[in-house]
Amino acid sequence: MTADPPAVALKGITKRFPGVVANSDVNLTVRKGTIHAIVGENGAGKSTLMKILYGMQPPDEGEIVIDGRPVRFSSPQGAIEAGIGMVHQHFMLADNFTVTENVVLGAEKLHGIGAGAKAKIREISQRYGLGVRPDELVENLGVGDRQRVEILKVLYRGARILILDEPTAVLVPQEVDELFGNLRELIREGLTVLFISHKLDEVRGVADDITVIRRGTTVASVKPSDVTARQLATLMVGSELPSPEARESTVTDEPALVVSGLTVLGAEGRPVVDNATFTIHRGEVVGIAGVEGNGQAELAEAILGVRPATGTILLGGDDVSAWSTRRRREAGIGYVPEDRHRQGLLLDAPLWENRILGHQTERPNARGFLIDVGGARRDTQRIVEQYDVRTPSIDVAAVALSGGNQQKLIVGREMSHEPKVLIAAHPTRGVDVGAQAAIWDHIRSARIAGMGVLLISADLDELIGLSDSLKVIYGGRLVADADPATVTPEQLGVAMTGASIDDSTEEATE
Amino acid sequence: MTSATTTAPPPFWRRIDPAKLVPQLLAPVAALLLAAAISSVALLISDKDPVQAFTDMYHFGITPDSQVEILNKASEYYIAAVAVAIGFKMGLFNIGVEGQSKIAAFMAGALASASFMSWMPGPLRIVLIIVVAMLVGAAWASIAALLKTQRGVSEVISTLMLNAIGALVVTWLLNDHWGVQEPGAQIKTTGILPSNSWMPGLPIISGTDQKVLGFLAISVVLGIVYWFTINRTRFGFDLRATGYNPFAASASGVNAKKMIITAMVISGAIAGLVNLPRMLGESHTYTEGFGGIGFTGIAVALLGRNHPVGMALGAILWGFLARSQLILDLDGIPKEIVLIMQGVAVLSVVIAYELAARIGRRAQQQRVGAATAAPAAAAPLATATEESK
Repeated sequence: MTADPPAVALKGITKRFPGVVANSDVNLTVRKGTIHAIVGENGAGKSTLMKILYGMQPPDEGEIVIDGRPVRFSSPQGAIEAGIGMVHQHFMLADNFTVTENVVLGAEKLHGIGAGAKAKIREISQRYGLGVRPDELVENLGVGDRQRVEILKVLYRGARILILDEPTAVLVPQEVDELFGNLRELIREGLTVLFISHKLDEVRGVADDITVIRRGTTVASVKPSDVTARQLATLMVGSELPSPEARESTVTDEPALVVSGLTVLGAEGRPVVDNATFTIHRGEVVGIAGVEGNGQAELAEAILGVRPATGTILLGGDDVSAWSTRRRREAGIGYVPEDRHRQGLLLDAPLWENRILGHQTERPNARGFLIDVGGARRDTQRIVEQYDVRTPSIDVAAVALSGGNQQKLIVGREMSHEPKVLIAAHPTRGVDVGAQAAIWDHIRSARIAGMGVLLISADLDELIGLSDSLKVIYGGRLVADADPATVTPEQLGVAMTGASIDDSTEEATE
Repeated sequence: MTSATTTAPPPFWRRIDPAKLVPQLLAPVAALLLAAAISSVALLISDKDPVQAFTDMYHFGITPDSQVEILNKASEYYIAAVAVAIGFKMGLFNIGVEGQSKIAAFMAGALASASFMSWMPGPLRIVLIIVVAMLVGAAWASIAALLKTQRGVSEVISTLMLNAIGALVVTWLLNDHWGVQEPGAQIKTTGILPSNSWMPGLPIISGTDQKVLGFLAISVVLGIVYWFTINRTRFGFDLRATGYNPFAASASGVNAKKMIITAMVISGAIAGLVNLPRMLGESHTYTEGFGGIGFTGIAVALLGRNHPVGMALGAILWGFLARSQLILDLDGIPKEIVLIMQGVAVLSVVIAYELAARIGRRAQQQRVGAATAAPAAAAPLATATEESK
């Protein structure tokens, strides 16, 4: 095996976007027939790197070598021809098509669309133990099955090197185990798997080699047996882990937000948030821990009022369940959305107009029915200075700012209206370490001032460090409570998989 | 909330970013040059001299009589464009301005010249016509709005269908019910309005006895009100926010359904005005000769990028082309060449604006990157993946 040229070798890859360097001098060697994990924080440049490898973006500098041959892709088509396949985080399947139809879509020339294709699908499925039934309608498949269809899709197109972009983000733990079984099967057959993740325990469990990316460049290549999760985490974030300590409790016994029996139905009529009941007191940070996709986003949107829900929501004593989103926001719900580009910003509008967003009816943005341009602009300038938003001017479009600076603007905007309750979903996602510490500071000081915070995060250190109490969400239900003073990330991780937290140290205290 | 150390924000003229503005100004110019070039090719193919044709058009187009007619056309086009632009601003495509304007003008004309209205003083009748036309236009547009909010029907389909339905309803009512045939006239109309409610013209073009339709003044006011509403009111902000990003708008408290209905109703109300310049100032009645301006409004709104000044320039340009093509027949040049030119201009201007927006965005990003990356070394790395999404 050592005689073989590596399946993938990236040498000195550099990619610049306007104003920023997404990847600089990335070096990566992937041995044939192995699972190679690429880990790094959100925003470290993993996705950009994979897009370069898959031909979606050309590198500005550097060389890609596949099986010993230098290549240059101008489109994913070239990458597919070289035997590279990509399984995207978000599945690209047509629900009303069968598995076969989905697989052959766009690859009709290979084995036709009839019996030949089906036979081929069965053969691949058998060979790699995927257990895919060709005639099943995709809409009847679960998430894990859909992912296997996606894997089969790229194998069908002749891929020998598979890139999986955060494949476990959407899976429940048993499905993760199954996926890892599938991946081991693939490498046993001589294929190569590139696995992108930031979940360190998973990575250590499945990978043969690990490459760590930080700030756009490869900082280390290690064997999973040689490092602990803690060491990996340190490699990912740099010299030391910033710790979001939030001790000396400021929790009062005055409820800021009381949620009871909150239920949100999903598209199929199944509850995606199931009978959620909890109280956030003034000065309290309640953390919601959970694997992404377990109802966190829906919970936040239901409290904000943009998603229909049943149950009652009391905000500072008022029943706001029937209120419009605008009225709820005016009454003091602040929102730092999970996806700032989707819900938090008007990307093509200037910063000062983004400062108005969400507070269109409030001072200093408005006077009566009119927008107070002067007031909004002055206050935007203040936010830019107080929250250290790095920008040459408040008149540039929000899209021109880096993710961290966009986030600081959003946090500044929401804090400026002194909300009674702040819903903060992944407030430091994709944000550099400096901005992360600043955002934590702002949340902490607002908490001291008596704000209640609903903190939704996937970052366990953030959750444990900032929260006064923790709840675990699984399958839309709040399944466990934990005390951040005593719980460990490992225990929390176990609880997030739906397993009981009982075997961990403390019972929930509240 | 307050900080003593905050520096003042830059004054308003500093808001203009040449890196973004210049491509946006060049875009329509480039598109028009392309349109002229392609129509020149078409002329050359049919053995005509393009230079001659354009020169003739220019000379004819600047005569005083032409200037009057260009302004008359422009004020109609402009109203239609504003009606379309209100929808565009929030990503709503009201193709129904044509139908809304027809049925509105017809109803207003029929009511105002009905015999039971004869007691009414002239100026009041003008006001009545304007108000009724706006109400009818709004009502007709609200059908499409309700279909969209209640049943999810695309407004593109429903407004297009309602154009046909509106036109047929007008034809039926005009010919079979409410229309009157003046002695010696070939066609039915809604009846000539009493002369005390004819809107007086504006003698603003020298060198001709012709007057510009008085409704021009209302078009100008409409443009100012449009600008103010879009840029200075909370409603305008919500409208634009929805157009920029409907998800963020809804998270910010904008009620999407209410917004669709409001925008559509306002668009329809303005559409109701489209035929009034001629009806009040020239024909003094509704005839089946009215029509076509609603579609031109879409082109003018695209051309002017929904901007009040841009659309005014677009309306004047379209008025110029519509007027000056008349000379082409005399030269034996098919006047369809102007249609080619207009079509190419609209298509290429849409592409050019998109390109300009990208160039502008990129230039700004580079500037921001340079300004922020320098002091803080590698700080803004986080955007990389954001952008590449």
